[in-house]
Amino acid sequence: MSTKERKVRQALERKATPRDAGPPDSARVEDWERLRGTLPERDAPFTTVSGRPVKPLYTEADREGSDPDTIGLPGFYPFTRGPYATMYRTRLWTMRQFAGFATAEDTNARYKYLLEHGQTGLSVAFDFPTLMGFDSDHPRSLGEVGVCGVAISSLADMERLFEGIPLDQVSVSMTINGPAIILFCFYVAAAEKQGVAAEKLRGTVQNDILKEYQAQHAWVFPPEPALRCIVDMFAWCSEHAPKYNPISISGYHIREAGATAAQELAFTLRNGFEYVERGIARGLDVDSFAPRLSFFFDVHNDFFEEIAKLRAARRIWARGMRERYGAKDPESWRLRTHAQTAGVTLTAQQAENNIVRVAYQAMAAALGGTQSLHTNSMDETLALPTEKAVRISLRTQQILAHESGVTNTIDPLAGSYFVETLTDELEKDALEIFAEIDALGGAVPGIEQGWFQQQIAMSAMRQQREVEAGERVIVGVNEFTEGSESIEIETLRIDPAVERKQVASMAALRARRDASKVESTLAALTEASRSGENLVPRILDCARAEATLFEIRHAMESVFGSYKEPVFF
Amino acid sequence: MTNASALTTRKIRVLVAKPGLDGHDRGAKVIASAFRDAGFEVIYTGLHQTPEMIVAAAVQEDVDVVAMSVLSGAHMTLFPRVQELLADAGADHVLLTGGGIIPEEDVRALETRGIGRLFGPGTPTTTAIAYIREWFAASPKAS
Repeated sequence: MSTKERKVRQALERKATPRDAGPPDSARVEDWERLRGTLPERDAPFTTVSGRPVKPLYTEADREGSDPDTIGLPGFYPFTRGPYATMYRTRLWTMRQFAGFATAEDTNARYKYLLEHGQTGLSVAFDFPTLMGFDSDHPRSLGEVGVCGVAISSLADMERLFEGIPLDQVSVSMTINGPAIILFCFYVAAAEKQGVAAEKLRGTVQNDILKEYQAQHAWVFPPEPALRCIVDMFAWCSEHAPKYNPISISGYHIREAGATAAQELAFTLRNGFEYVERGIARGLDVDSFAPRLSFFFDVHNDFFEEIAKLRAARRIWARGMRERYGAKDPESWRLRTHAQTAGVTLTAQQAENNIVRVAYQAMAAALGGTQSLHTNSMDETLALPTEKAVRISLRTQQILAHESGVTNTIDPLAGSYFVETLTDELEKDALEIFAEIDALGGAVPGIEQGWFQQQIAMSAMRQQREVEAGERVIVGVNEFTEGSESIEIETLRIDPAVERKQVASMAALRARRDASKVESTLAALTEASRSGENLVPRILDCARAEATLFEIRHAMESVFGSYKEPVFF
Repeated sequence: MTNASALTTRKIRVLVAKPGLDGHDRGAKVIASAFRDAGFEVIYTGLHQTPEMIVAAAVQEDVDVVAMSVLSGAHMTLFPRVQELLADAGADHVLLTGGGIIPEEDVRALETRGIGRLFGPGTPTTTAIAYIREWFAASPKAS
């Protein structure tokens, strides 16, 4: 202790005697400020990863004038403390590891492995050709079949993917956007073949095209027809598949592309409100589809900011749905979310350290009140994860759920001066960003002008500069680099034979099916694309006739056209 | 040896390219901005380019370097294909380099085939910039 510091302490102790200003342990904020002024601070940024300044101490003074109703209680409007009244006391989050590679058979085996190891839901990762609506035997698919996910080009592939997995018992999430309506129909038709009616299906299709244009870039059609397909799915699901989530409004990819926490929050919720407006504009009753809208957020490195982000998201959504869109059903106000740890924070250097990063992020997701969680594997900056790496990341969730004690009480950080202040700040930031988007004319004009894309790219560049300048420490990358030189870790390899196998299976399919039925169902789909009737029943007919992904895409594209991105950097 | 920057009498022209169906362009955009800030002339292809489209752009823009970003796992197909097409187009003086999610073993295999350095996640942009400057200084086109 320095002499100066000792003197201040002595002075404060003298001041805080009973004769003076109260009992010795009741120092006031001013006393702390004075003491703090005498102490040095480390040379560190003291900002969140998103660049938000963080004060050294939060006190009651930070909460002055705040309305306790904004915090409320779990299960009640505005849901800051959680979408459900009892949260993990009733049911733990769903442990849902995103997986897919090679052929449907290979992925089916991985799913069975995961279910046997205690995973409680499935999540399908498709390969790039599938994500873009190309068949495995299309020339654009060369070299990419089954590499980054599973190749699904037809109903037959989808049936093989879930062979022996009862679709009325396991909830399945599918990450597909541009051609989502087509893969959804393959899924419904595959369930039919298992004897499972659509009304029994539980699960989610990502189907969030706005964030594709903004961040992830796996699109097919231009925004207006793409939005029409989404509303068709809202309408069809509310009637035929009431337990299925026809969309997962996703901040994950926006954040991974470089956005800050506040941008992720704001862009995602504004996209969500855009879908709500589109549904209402179609003439749907908001309460007929809003309860099935689900969300997906990133959980990045900054522990408290990420927790606050999830809490703020629930409050903003609840308020918007009730106050702005007039939803009456509390289910429409309730934001339910999936979360995934931040892939972008994983490092190739000393990859084992990623296990620790993922564990902290997973804890933030649980403290933020997520409904399901994917934890990344340590080797994902190098390749698709090995079975061992996936098992460790699943075990990370199990340790969190069963050993750490964080599931014993609901929203344990509520009332924290810091967390509540951060939650309020993030909400305020999001509302300011909403105003900017409104000034651009909404989400679609913002995309067409490249506004979202530029905002995200600028944030990414700022973060890169901070790391390169050494302003932000990344362990193993710009500090503590001993041991980072060699990257020797076992990685999963996709055999090039997968592509040949899949191409051969497509040829067999084309030879086997009834070509006239394929042709007539595709023609009917093109006609429906033109007329404006709901496309889901038409695509289901195409799927049952074994038309392929690209054929169905093409039948729609002939009316809708395709999307061209604004190119800039 | 004279230092590299003194030899450089014109700007280095770089095509930053995203081949294949992979939409992850955070890295491509960050590196394109960093190259521009370093004084290179940068052309960015945009997403979802075929090897043919990339080589056509490289020839048309008369670039010195093609820098490809591949996060899709298709690097063993895409890098050799672009290399082959560059040679067919009489542009084998162009440096083909890049980065992405590429296992170390594949990096070595591609480098053995004459493809330039490939940079993994966490590489400072300054490392890639220095590499291109050094290569350019040593290449006959530098003057």
